[in-house]
Amino acid sequence: MTTDRISGGVLVILSLLVVWQSSALPLGTFRQPGPAYIPILLALLLLIFGAFLAGTGGRAPKLSSIRWTELRHAVAILAACVFAVFGMERLGYRLTLMLVLSFLLRTVERRGWLLTSSLAFFLAFGSFYLFYTLLRVPLPQGPLGF
Amino acid sequence: MTETLQNLYVGFSVALTPNVLIYAFVGCVIGTLVGVLPGVGPLAGISLLLPVSFGLNATSAIVLLAGIYYGAMYGGSTTSILMRIPGEAASVMTCIDGYAMTRNGRAGPALAIAAVGSYVAGTISVIALMFLAPPLASFALRFGPPEYFALLLLGLLALAYMSGGSMLKALAMAVLGLLFGMVGIDPMTGFSRFSFGLVELGDGLGVVPVAVGLFGLSEILLTAGQATAPEVTKPRLRELLPSRQEWRASLWPIGRGTALGFVIGIIPGSAHIISSFVSYALERRLSRQPHRFGQGAIEGVAGPESANNSATSGAFVPMLALGVPSGPIPAVMMAAMMVHGISPGPLLISQQPELFWGFIASMYVGNVVLLILNLPLVGIFVNLLRIPYPLLYPGILMFCVLGVYAVNGSVVDVGIMTLMGGLGYLLRKFDFETAPVVLGLVLAPMIEMSFRQSLSMSSGNYSIFMTRPIALVLLMVGIALLLSSILAFVMRKADWRQRLGFAGAKQ
Repeated sequence: MTTDRISGGVLVILSLLVVWQSSALPLGTFRQPGPAYIPILLALLLLIFGAFLAGTGGRAPKLSSIRWTELRHAVAILAACVFAVFGMERLGYRLTLMLVLSFLLRTVERRGWLLTSSLAFFLAFGSFYLFYTLLRVPLPQGPLGF
Repeated sequence: MTETLQNLYVGFSVALTPNVLIYAFVGCVIGTLVGVLPGVGPLAGISLLLPVSFGLNATSAIVLLAGIYYGAMYGGSTTSILMRIPGEAASVMTCIDGYAMTRNGRAGPALAIAAVGSYVAGTISVIALMFLAPPLASFALRFGPPEYFALLLLGLLALAYMSGGSMLKALAMAVLGLLFGMVGIDPMTGFSRFSFGLVELGDGLGVVPVAVGLFGLSEILLTAGQATAPEVTKPRLRELLPSRQEWRASLWPIGRGTALGFVIGIIPGSAHIISSFVSYALERRLSRQPHRFGQGAIEGVAGPESANNSATSGAFVPMLALGVPSGPIPAVMMAAMMVHGISPGPLLISQQPELFWGFIASMYVGNVVLLILNLPLVGIFVNLLRIPYPLLYPGILMFCVLGVYAVNGSVVDVGIMTLMGGLGYLLRKFDFETAPVVLGLVLAPMIEMSFRQSLSMSSGNYSIFMTRPIALVLLMVGIALLLSSILAFVMRKADWRQRLGFAGAKQ
């Protein structure tokens, strides 16, 4: 299986999902397009491009040729971002970012405790001071005041 | 001419007063910072500081906000060149060759050319703004919805045509971006599309979380865990000056980028973003060695950087002369002017000459301030490369989260950034370009609106796109680009990209 065949197939599935989602909206007419008209038109274009890509992608690199050496780091970083999404307004900006930075530096990058804690503290509190205090950018503070 | 110079004299007498000068300086410094920080683009920076400007007089407020705008254009190139993270969306194209130059050990010259190109473009475009604003604005007035639709479509097709990889993949990505742009409330009927019950998606997907995710976060994901650290030649401070050959190679791209950026800037849309895309495509097309693009061609830095700075001035033409904001940033600036009881438009120049000409003069001053600030600071920015990446990327990630959150104060945006980061990672693994996705997202609402407005104008008759000369010409050019690629594919002939050894020139 080649990379183009797989990505073409994914694009086809995505386009069908868009058509299905759009079916709940008024399509309008050829002369007076409704809110679903352009999304469906675009989904059909994506379907054509996806099918074409899958059909002509026989000579693309094989899926097994892609190296995923950085996948563990990538998953950890994405997990940290997901934690930030759920933590920012519950724990507050400073505490959330300190935890995120500590996780990345200590667990993922295996740095020493002293460097991890000092860098995480400096970045989280320093950025909060710069943006919240000096530039008055509203940033969330959790129940603990952080 | 004499009258213009007299007015400019009045403008300088306003711009050089200590009070206004300080605000121009502060605006430029904040703008550069805003541009350097990934995710905190000029729109976010201006929006965040809008309340601060309410306490100032009208001239100081507009000078401060304009300083942030063009300061961000200067600063945005730095992280693009050094870390492949666009400080703001207009620097996306600078990432390609700017970062490649960094990998080749030419980060210093790339930064210096970006600063000089920005200065030259900024200064020349202000002169053009001063002399050419009225006739150019009247030309842009001829554009109705059909012309906008044709122009925006041409922009997308041109980007796909000029893309380094497969045109089929680039078009698929542009369509994906257009689909992302469909999220939110349909402005003509009020129906909510693809919002999945999230109120925050009512206004659609923000450009900032999508761009930061696709470009910034995906780069971190790809780079952070590499078995061997990415090889970066750390330049010494004395290596900052470009070579004579690099100066020569940059001269015309700076000139073309300046002219192109100014003209595109006048046309409503995200001009500073589009101009950098078009300038890059143009430079690659005109180059005798297009295979160098994507591998560290200095023209790929000089052109887009000049174009986005020039577009900044161009964008002020319709705002100041007609009262029509040409994009979200001029719209925010117009709001700031209105708070001060000033209505931008044809009467502004006659009724508030001190404000108009003071603003023009402050742009000259701002460009000088930025050059003085940025060239010496280039060395400091280069030193960022000396920090080990495992220590650097958590900080970059923090600014991505902070910058994305600060735009709307919404964690949903941080979630979108995370999703887009994952998507960008996979797309790049599968050899897709991500730039067309961002352009598609930016253009989607404008394309749809102009398409449906055109049909409303013609009572559903599609011939409106054929009967208006400007729209027809633009559409024909777009179709010609598309046909030439299809023809090459059908005839099983290598298209111009492959003939020129272009296939490897990826973003």
